[in-house]
Amino acid sequence: MKVLGIETSCDETGLALYDTEQGLLAHVLHSQVATHESYGGVVPEIASRDHIRKWVGLTRECAARADMKIKHIDAVAYTAGPGLAGALFSGAVAGRTLAWTLGIPAIGVHHMEAHLLAPMLEPESPDFPFICLLVSGGHTQLVRVDGLGQYLLLGDTLDDAAGEAFDKTAKMLGLGYPGGPRLAKAAESGDAQKFVFARPMTNRPGLDFSFSGLKTAAITAFNSAHRDSAVINDIAAGFQASVVETLCIKCRRALQQENLRNLVVAGGVASNTRLRAALQQTVDDVDGELFCPRLEFCTDNGAMIALAGALRLQAGESSNTEIVIRPRWPLSEMQPPQRASGASGMR
Amino acid sequence: MALLSNGKTASGYTVEPRMHARKLLPMLDELLAEAGLLPTQIDGVAFARGPGAFTGVRIATAAAQAIALAADIPVMPVSTLAAIAARAMREGGHEKVAVAIDARMNEVYWGAYQQSAEGIQLLGEERVCPAEQVATLDSSWVAAGTGWATYGEQLQAVSGAQLVELTDPFPHALDVLAIGTLMYANGNGVSAEHAAPVYLRNNVAKTEAERGVARAR
Ligand SMILES: Nc1ncnc2c1ncn2[C@@H]1O[C@H](COP(=O)(O)OP(=O)(O)O)[C@@H](O)[C@H]1O
Repeated sequence: MKVLGIETSCDETGLALYDTEQGLLAHVLHSQVATHESYGGVVPEIASRDHIRKWVGLTRECAARADMKIKHIDAVAYTAGPGLAGALFSGAVAGRTLAWTLGIPAIGVHHMEAHLLAPMLEPESPDFPFICLLVSGGHTQLVRVDGLGQYLLLGDTLDDAAGEAFDKTAKMLGLGYPGGPRLAKAAESGDAQKFVFARPMTNRPGLDFSFSGLKTAAITAFNSAHRDSAVINDIAAGFQASVVETLCIKCRRALQQENLRNLVVAGGVASNTRLRAALQQTVDDVDGELFCPRLEFCTDNGAMIALAGALRLQAGESSNTEIVIRPRWPLSEMQPPQRASGASGMR
Repeated sequence: MALLSNGKTASGYTVEPRMHARKLLPMLDELLAEAGLLPTQIDGVAFARGPGAFTGVRIATAAAQAIALAADIPVMPVSTLAAIAARAMREGGHEKVAVAIDARMNEVYWGAYQQSAEGIQLLGEERVCPAEQVATLDSSWVAAGTGWATYGEQLQAVSGAQLVELTDPFPHALDVLAIGTLMYANGNGVSAEHAAPVYLRNNVAKTEAERGVARAR
């Protein structure tokens, strides 16, 4: 089954073709980072406009790369949430209508489930059960994954998500947008020992996170220091070290608590090289295994949507023709695949 | 929505903001079933490309693009202002129609359309502006669109167009279809990737520079 995946939940337009037999056939991505940069963050209306402008051309390009025709697609998967409403509508209406026209099934995909399954795009993919650290702009969660749609939330952030803390701290340090990669870059030239920040919530039991205090501590340090770029780099390094170690401590705790060996890390922050290296060390220490998608599948992309959709479609699930998006959609509400009744998923 | 098949038109119509996305495909299913057609048998697709509520315009655009991409057919983007004018002409027998859609933020989307031998024709340009800045016309023009309910006095003072009793200020798919069919016949359809919304209001956010945000580097 060849599945077209469409991702438009935020500021990337991602298209991919995934074959349940042959794996990923092709994927293309248009990032709007440059468009939003002058605004200092994602402008939802501008993001939605860009998706509409780009998705058709990207779909054609993706099909061309996979050397196949649009009419030979067997199913369509599109992000139905969580995300920005206007952005979600663009991809959901496009994807669901494309499937309707071709008379093939379609499925609305949960964006975070897709992130969580992204390591399965790689040749070495984890078996269930595993622990997943989901770290993105909107999420910092530790989830026990027992199967498709079987998610037990072990820990969550009480305030800012890790990516959000990166973004906000970067903004206040004057590093601009997008904050995560820029702060990580600055940190490479900094000394993490110059500013040592606390590792929030690590000296008490539990698997929850809190990053807003750390963000404040970094800003306080910045405001009371002599502001040159060396200091900014040092603060960035200290901040990143604290986030990385905090995440590692909790991941280790989660593996031990659940008595599991496999750790999956997914979401935009998983593209942070320091974090990947430190998590590798963490799983090595407990004789476990780490699974990270390659960098381009950590941030938003169409490939993970096609994959997640394909897995549910294979299990007989599909979405009917009433197009529904869910801008807020907790991962914990996900269920194992539900077989569509009759042919309602078809036209 | 409306369908022209074998010289016969059929249409479905509902005024349900926020339900567009849910109703879209089931309504199309009904129309096609009545005509005994499959989506891949459609020859062309016309849609209201705006101006209007941004999300609604995008829903129509995405759907039209998707149908065109999948069925490999041309798209005819039709102005919402033109569609409203055509409805007033069709239902009220008018020849010159000054259309104003309430664009919020104290502005209207404006377009003046008149009948001609080649179909409906735009006088000047479509624009988004305060009611005080619409075009000067005369009393041979009649008013249409939601903007007249909100800014009727100002619009009339500036444009000189007459307020007439109209049944409905909204566009109807039958008129989008009629304009689109003519475009199709004249070879004025475009491919899916060139089917673009027209928002008219393009300044939707302020950059950091415009907001005066300081940047370290
Ligand atoms: N190298 C990096 N280091 C830290 N954070 C990063 C890095 N690259 C991306 N991020 C962060 O990842 C987030 C975006 O991830 P993504 O999965 O696209 O999130 P979402 O879909 O929740 O917006 C942003 O907060 C961004 O700053």
